[in-house]
Amino acid sequence: MKELRLMKGNEALAEAAIRAGADAYFGYPITPQSEVIEYLMRENPVDRTGMQVLQAESEVAAINMVYGAAGCGKRAMTSSSSPGISLKMEGISYIAGAELPCLIVNVVRAGPGLGTIQPSQSDYFQAVKGGGHGDYKMIVLAPATVQESVDYVKLGFDLAFKYRNPVMILSDGIIGQMMEKVELFEQMPRTTEEPEWATVGKKPGRDSVIVTSLQLQSEEQEKVNLRLQAKYRVIEKNEVRYETYMCDDAEYLFVAFGSCARITRKAMELAREKGYKVGLVRPQTLYPFPEKVINEFGSRMKGILTVEMNAGQMVEDVRLAVNGQCPVKHFGRFGGMIPSPDEILNALEQKIIGG
Amino acid sequence: MSENNIITPENLVYEKTKVMTDRVLHYCPGCGHGTAHRLLADVIDELGIQEDTIGVAPVGCSVLAYYYFDVDMQEAAHGRAPAVATGIKRVLPEKYVFTYQGDGDLAAIGTAETIHACNRGENILIVFINNGIYGMTGGQMAPTTLPGMKSSTSPRGRDVATMGNPLKITELIAELPGTYYVTRQSVHTPGNARKTRRALKKALEYQKLNKGTCFVEIVANCPSGWKMTPVQSNKWMEEHMFPFYPLGDIKVPEK
Repeated sequence: MKELRLMKGNEALAEAAIRAGADAYFGYPITPQSEVIEYLMRENPVDRTGMQVLQAESEVAAINMVYGAAGCGKRAMTSSSSPGISLKMEGISYIAGAELPCLIVNVVRAGPGLGTIQPSQSDYFQAVKGGGHGDYKMIVLAPATVQESVDYVKLGFDLAFKYRNPVMILSDGIIGQMMEKVELFEQMPRTTEEPEWATVGKKPGRDSVIVTSLQLQSEEQEKVNLRLQAKYRVIEKNEVRYETYMCDDAEYLFVAFGSCARITRKAMELAREKGYKVGLVRPQTLYPFPEKVINEFGSRMKGILTVEMNAGQMVEDVRLAVNGQCPVKHFGRFGGMIPSPDEILNALEQKIIGG
Repeated sequence: MSENNIITPENLVYEKTKVMTDRVLHYCPGCGHGTAHRLLADVIDELGIQEDTIGVAPVGCSVLAYYYFDVDMQEAAHGRAPAVATGIKRVLPEKYVFTYQGDGDLAAIGTAETIHACNRGENILIVFINNGIYGMTGGQMAPTTLPGMKSSTSPRGRDVATMGNPLKITELIAELPGTYYVTRQSVHTPGNARKTRRALKKALEYQKLNKGTCFVEIVANCPSGWKMTPVQSNKWMEEHMFPFYPLGDIKVPEK
């Protein structure tokens, strides 16, 4: 039977973590995502599933606890918001280098620096282009609803273990703080598997397992990098996810992700009422990016407008995908400001249709 | 009597522990790491917990410790070993978990992780090698470098007025309610090595009790970093390090 609830985004995500069979959560409070750890502490999942929850002394410690637990083959996760994610970047690079699976949630707030606690999408570059040091990629999932926040926890863990790679849910303060109707999936058992790459104690007859990102010989380190790159090509082939709205007859196209895509959808409806044939592509994975479909739309659109709560980040990937076939412009509000549908419509008329 | 004839089981008085691999140690001649490794591996062997032990290597000279201990191990980022060990122990509470860290790793960049893991009373063993210098990066000043001691970043000697004081982190750790057993030892003589062995054994046995963090500091020499011969460095350690970092138990379990 469907289990429907009205829940706050952060709390729904926390409940999803328990139900997804997570083994451990390590976190540190920061607005606007503290409800994740608050919910988990209140819910005390050790009694429900045996899941461990620990408030760490810092974001740095939390991500390294995730590393330790993930290295044991467990489903480990953390959550934070932008300044805290910056602190985690060291650990994320090590996790990517050691090829450990884990889930990291970023409920984005506006920066730079301490910025503000209001929602933003200004961590797009950090999430999809690296953030930490070295050539690595996280799989980045961008929920637009509380429902997707829940579903992506399960999907995120599955992808993390499928590819032994860190997965980030790039949410924002709107999705984290708002309440919506959500359908919860049933409780999944915690895994009892012991992957052969996990440090669970050296069994007789096998070599000891070493979890490391260190290869001092350049020839060996290049091999590690080549293996990672080969993995990323497979991820790019298999894991692209996106939704399209009213693109069949469209002459103009919006590209927007997360909460901003919902506002943009309203702007699209307003534009349609005015007679403009506008569609919308909403990438659900920001890495891998839906490059192919945007390239195809680029060949038959008169113009594309990305709408983002940042100063123009995803627009760079859209331009790369379109590769000059049509004009690509950006409209954004930032610093915690949220664009209105009217503003977006106005930007479409100014920058694309009249441009 | 040929050499071969005396290699018989009844003549065996000493052998390499099976918990150390056959890899050649990369440590400098005369350095204390090799002895410290051997003692810890030997204790793991004696307690029969090789299959149940997970180690965490640091960044520093012992970054490659996982090549030498024949147990499952994870390599931590600089200073983060206690956090990594926390993650391991929380999901595998029945395993024996240890970190092996130097002074820069444990008492400078990883001070927060060290103190908070100990303050939470994580049921892990922290082995702390204190040689008062950054060995791997080439002899820079460490948090535990003595006042007046020369290093490549304190070439005229550590001036505490501008460079700060050496950190007695072990005494600090002992004050925390989360620690169960805190001791400071050395491995530069057979007698001291035996005491360190006993300390490591106690610490791992205590881990079964779930009473808190056990912390074993080993004051060690660094002939290369100190620019001395191994013999000179041991003498210097006795004359200068031990007065500042006195050997012995600092916190023992209440009877």
